[in-house]
Amino acid sequence: MPYLLIFFPLLGSILGYSFKFLGDRYSEIITTTLVIISAIFSCIIFYKGVVHDFYGNYKILDWISSGNFKVNWSINIDPLSSIMLVVVTSVSSLVHIYSIGYMSHDPNKPRFMSYLSLFTFSMLMLVVSDNFIQLFFGWEGVGLCSYLLIGFWYKKESANNAAIKAFLVNRVGDFGLAIGIFLIFYYFGTVNYSEVFVKAAATTDKEISFLGFNTNLITIICLSLFIGAMGKSAQFLFHTWLPDAMEGPTPVSALIHAATMVTAGVFLVVRCSPLFEYSQVALNFVAIIGMITAVFAASVALVQNDIKKIIAYSTCSQLGYMFFAAGVGAYHVAIFHLFTHAFFKALLFLGSGSVIHAFKDEQDIRLMGGVWKKLPYTWILMLIGTLALTGFPFLSGFYSKDAIIEFAFFKSSSIGYYAMTVGIFTAFLTAVYSWRLFFKTFHGNYNNKSMLIEKMHESPLIMLLPLIILALGAVFAGYLFKEMLIVHDYLDFWKNSIFFVKETEHIHLPLWLLLVTPTLVVIAIPLSYYLYIKNTSILDGVKKLNEPLHNFLLNKWYFDELYEFVLVKPLKLIGFVFWKKGDQNTIDRYGPDGFSKIINFFSNKAVKFQSGFIYDYAFVMLLGLSFLLTYLMIN
Amino acid sequence: MASIELGHYLALGGVIFLLGIVGIFLNRKNVIVILMSVELILLAVNINLVAFSIYSNDITGQIFTFFILTVAAAEAAIGLAIIISYYRNKGSIRVQEINEMKG
Repeated sequence: MPYLLIFFPLLGSILGYSFKFLGDRYSEIITTTLVIISAIFSCIIFYKGVVHDFYGNYKILDWISSGNFKVNWSINIDPLSSIMLVVVTSVSSLVHIYSIGYMSHDPNKPRFMSYLSLFTFSMLMLVVSDNFIQLFFGWEGVGLCSYLLIGFWYKKESANNAAIKAFLVNRVGDFGLAIGIFLIFYYFGTVNYSEVFVKAAATTDKEISFLGFNTNLITIICLSLFIGAMGKSAQFLFHTWLPDAMEGPTPVSALIHAATMVTAGVFLVVRCSPLFEYSQVALNFVAIIGMITAVFAASVALVQNDIKKIIAYSTCSQLGYMFFAAGVGAYHVAIFHLFTHAFFKALLFLGSGSVIHAFKDEQDIRLMGGVWKKLPYTWILMLIGTLALTGFPFLSGFYSKDAIIEFAFFKSSSIGYYAMTVGIFTAFLTAVYSWRLFFKTFHGNYNNKSMLIEKMHESPLIMLLPLIILALGAVFAGYLFKEMLIVHDYLDFWKNSIFFVKETEHIHLPLWLLLVTPTLVVIAIPLSYYLYIKNTSILDGVKKLNEPLHNFLLNKWYFDELYEFVLVKPLKLIGFVFWKKGDQNTIDRYGPDGFSKIINFFSNKAVKFQSGFIYDYAFVMLLGLSFLLTYLMIN
Repeated sequence: MASIELGHYLALGGVIFLLGIVGIFLNRKNVIVILMSVELILLAVNINLVAFSIYSNDITGQIFTFFILTVAAAEAAIGLAIIISYYRNKGSIRVQEINEMKG
């Protein structure tokens, strides 16, 4: 069954595209069915794991066997990978179903469905791997599919640019990941998780010289791996590709850039918890980057106007949550937040896709508003998504987000307290921008001039159905799984797939801490309704007073401009110099081009001999003959 | 009075041979003239063959001459046929215009 689970999406991808002459409907059905079967299998595997404690490692093939370097293709089912399997396949199958409706006007449906399935396969390979090399394979596979899907509308210049940007930024991160893997193999002589973790525990104090610095081996490995994770999960400094990636179709944003691929970084950190646990430096770094990202992305999301970009920054911010949860040692809470986040963020993305669909590809929330009666189902579903995201009490976001803040408090170190404060503050910001998005989209006055409100229509059932299922997940996932995943006896579930050197002590929580986040979140609702709908003049006044700050946020802290200036321009210049001066003016000029020029010159001269007149040829023949004869006679 | 010796025959052959060659080079007008010049060269060779055959009392040379004459006739027929079909295609057999092998 695990084999089928992994290879059905690949099969779907191949069959869906190679038999596309059978029609769009055929591709849609075959890819969707196979992914749904995968999803059912992964639920069964998850259930078997929880109830019957049924885990295992299934080998597919030997991959590399060179000396003591042995790598297998294998399927490693443990608690961590089984929960990831459920997230990936279930969200993926819902997105497949949704895409049938959303892409109904697109001429390239088979290609789209095939890419989606291929992505699912790569992501599954990533999560079930039992070694770093297969993980890297999946890592690059999802990066490739992300590139292909962001650039799916390849006729759009901006989509191509966004795809290349995503790919390049990820390359930088992957470089770090690759170095981490090299270090692991160099010092531990193996890349299998289990062996690496055993050996790491024995070499916690080893010092190595890296770039001239003497550093702890485990720390440097963890930091390298984390750079990879930052690239993939769009953390601070590497975040610039994620908002641009919204150029892709909305189902792609929901699947890849919200629920699954971007969480691969969190997965990597949690998977490597036996390494990270031995390096307080690396953990603190993870926590700090997570905190910065959470606040930074939330602050930018406050002022953006593109519906998808707001949600993209929100994703970025939530990923920051997951990272600082991991950074304070609450790996299981990070995965729990990943799990709940997958549902409500996919819900929000697909819901915004439904809104965009209704507005005929309008994405600017300033041009929306007042349509909640026209789109009742989308309105309710988006409401659930927003509530869950903001952490409204008893929805899934509430359990996971509060758990992160609580665990940060349990840590009782300064970094823990910082994380807690940042968590609470970001939760408030999250609530404000989410409600801003919601109110501006559905309430207030109808602001779109290019389209009459009467023409607005609700999305078809095939798009609403996945939304409803996700909404159920967004409401109940937190409540149903919190006991198993994070509350007291969580180690019964996680077993040895995550590792704690010292288990966090559950100290008594002060009441104010339990109440402060939900209170802030609830207060944010009327507050944002008042500020964004009832009385917008206050905010306009604030905006006028703080024009530079507003511009700073609106331009995403000027990161794109900074990178343009610091990295892109010089690199382009260097590339241009090498291209023009190095390649064209030196190598080509004196190499191939030079030779061909010389040969051309001489053959142009030689061609003059060929007059085409028969008597000239005869004359030359005679001349030759006479010379030969003369020579023979003289000798 | 001096009799006609082998040398005279050879001289005659040489003169005819040269006439043929010069005919090829100096002719700028007509392809048929080239064909005729080629025939002249062949005949010059024949004269040489016959002269040597008699001089060395060996009949083989004269037998060869007959073969060569036959071949020359066939060659002339083929050459003329080529010229005719060339004329049909191009409408001219002027030597100045036959330069399609020009590089």
